[in-house]
Amino acid sequence: MEFLVASSIGLLTTCGTYLLLRGRTFPVVVGLALLSYAVNVFLFAMGRLTINMPPILREGVTEYTDPLPQALVLTAIVISFGMTALIVVLSIRAFLEIGNDHVDGRPVGASSEAGDKN
Amino acid sequence: MGDWIVVPILLPAVMAALIVLAVRHDIILQRVFSITATVALVAVSLSLLIFASGHGPEMYALGDWPAPFGIVLVLDRLSAMMVFLTSLLGLGVILFASSEWDQRGKHFHALFQFQLMGVNGAFLTGDIFNLFVFFEVLLIASYGLMLHGAGAERLKAGMQYVVINLTGSALFLLGVGMIYSVTGTLNMADLVIQVANVASGDAAILRAGALVLLLVFCVKAALVPVHFWLPGTYANAPAPVAALFAIMTKVGAYSVLRVYSLAFGDMAGDMSWLAAPYVLPAALVTLVLGMTGVLAAKRLNSLIAFSVIGSMGTLLIAIGLFTPDAISAGLYYLLHSTFSAAALFLIADLVVSRRGQFGDSLNTAPRFHQSGFLAVLFFVGAIGMAGMPPLSGFIGKLQILDAARDSDAMVWIWSIILVTSLMCIVGFGRAGSVLFWKTASVEGEITVEGAKWPVLPVVATCGMLAALVALTVFAGPITDYLNGVSAQLFDTTQYIEAVLGEDALSLVGQ
Repeated sequence: MEFLVASSIGLLTTCGTYLLLRGRTFPVVVGLALLSYAVNVFLFAMGRLTINMPPILREGVTEYTDPLPQALVLTAIVISFGMTALIVVLSIRAFLEIGNDHVDGRPVGASSEAGDKN
Repeated sequence: MGDWIVVPILLPAVMAALIVLAVRHDIILQRVFSITATVALVAVSLSLLIFASGHGPEMYALGDWPAPFGIVLVLDRLSAMMVFLTSLLGLGVILFASSEWDQRGKHFHALFQFQLMGVNGAFLTGDIFNLFVFFEVLLIASYGLMLHGAGAERLKAGMQYVVINLTGSALFLLGVGMIYSVTGTLNMADLVIQVANVASGDAAILRAGALVLLLVFCVKAALVPVHFWLPGTYANAPAPVAALFAIMTKVGAYSVLRVYSLAFGDMAGDMSWLAAPYVLPAALVTLVLGMTGVLAAKRLNSLIAFSVIGSMGTLLIAIGLFTPDAISAGLYYLLHSTFSAAALFLIADLVVSRRGQFGDSLNTAPRFHQSGFLAVLFFVGAIGMAGMPPLSGFIGKLQILDAARDSDAMVWIWSIILVTSLMCIVGFGRAGSVLFWKTASVEGEITVEGAKWPVLPVVATCGMLAALVALTVFAGPITDYLNGVSAQLFDTTQYIEAVLGEDALSLVGQ
């Protein structure tokens, strides 16, 4: 299970980072979404991986899931969900106002795509 | 007094909700509510400041959950000072915005109050994950403020700003996750104890987590090489928002100072002063790059934005030294650079709104209304930013140079600060002469309708400059207070005992 979780976090992060570095807004938005999934799974794993254990800490109990990362993940999911909605609306608005969907707002062909310094 | 610690967070939160729910149709009521709330915030934060200067750190447990299990707010000299600074800056900004800017889009006042809530929360919290949450609150509000009034250029810059900060938030969570996985705590005071006790096999994870977190704070503080978002954002943001953002970079600097002097400070064993070797060189490069940008800028607003980068470099040089003297010098410069950056952005807006189609481009244009008066304001603001006598920037830089005397990097620090000050003077001198003097060589006069004597903006701008004068006049008492701040920062036991109880450290020893 450790291998599965670790490699899926790695894969999500890789794809997320690749898409984040693209020049158009749609891949960037998808990249951010993938990155936030990777972060959420990563946070989950920070409480150590256990299966079928109650998230309760009591005197004398040695086997349990850490409840805190679950609370953290919940917060992180809510925030990243809201942010994804915001950035989708923002990129549509930017597309409508600027007239193209490049992150740096340059027209197609003007040394764009990956040449974005910002 | 303990319960009052939560007021700087609650007051703007309640006020924002009230403004957006009850009075969203009436701009006058919105202004009344928003300004009253900000004045009340100034009063509350002033009394907290007075309280903190006479007492040790004070803790407030949210929901009365005991630390380290619940989230705590901690009021010490540093956080009290930062909250007071925020509320003063907020008052100036809201007065400026209340004449006209707040009508260019919707919900300016509500977003503004949420922004204050986030910034105050970030300064007061004693919990690392809660710091993340307040970062998000202030960022979400800042996205709205940044895009206030929209326009193609602003949307483009806003898009980049949002993307970089979302990436930063993802990294923040990774860093917090790594730290939690080996220490099992998120409470900053508890972290001090746990960091020292981390198993040697886990030290690499902790170090990686701490450095990822440092990277995130440096994104906020606009330190090279993660400063690229700042010039575009600040230069394209609405003027009062750019002025308010002067405190946002300071949130990054504050977080570096708080986390790396507390959790990774004296008591951290192998991990002591983890941030020091990275912050200082990056800050030196930031200063050079910012002031080079000042020389190269073609627009007034980007000139000021680059001078903000330069001032962050100066500030983080002082913080990066991590000595009591340097930190109190740096904090003095922090107060100064917040007000001078805000004043310059407000002055720039007054100038731009009178230049008609010439906008903020640094090209020779005909005379505009009140250029004599605005030239005086710009001159005072530029003196402040460049750090020339008699204003507080000079005192701040002098203190930093003095504090760097014992450092290994003294030659670098002295030469770079002095040379970049000259670059800053040249850059602002050029901008000022193009804007105000060379107008004599062009025939005619620019007339813009409705740009007579806007009372509130002028009062707010002069207020910011008056704050610089006050910082200079009261430099003595302020420096005394700041020496207390850095003494308290280096006395981590005091902080831990305030949060975890008197016997926390003795229990660890057993």
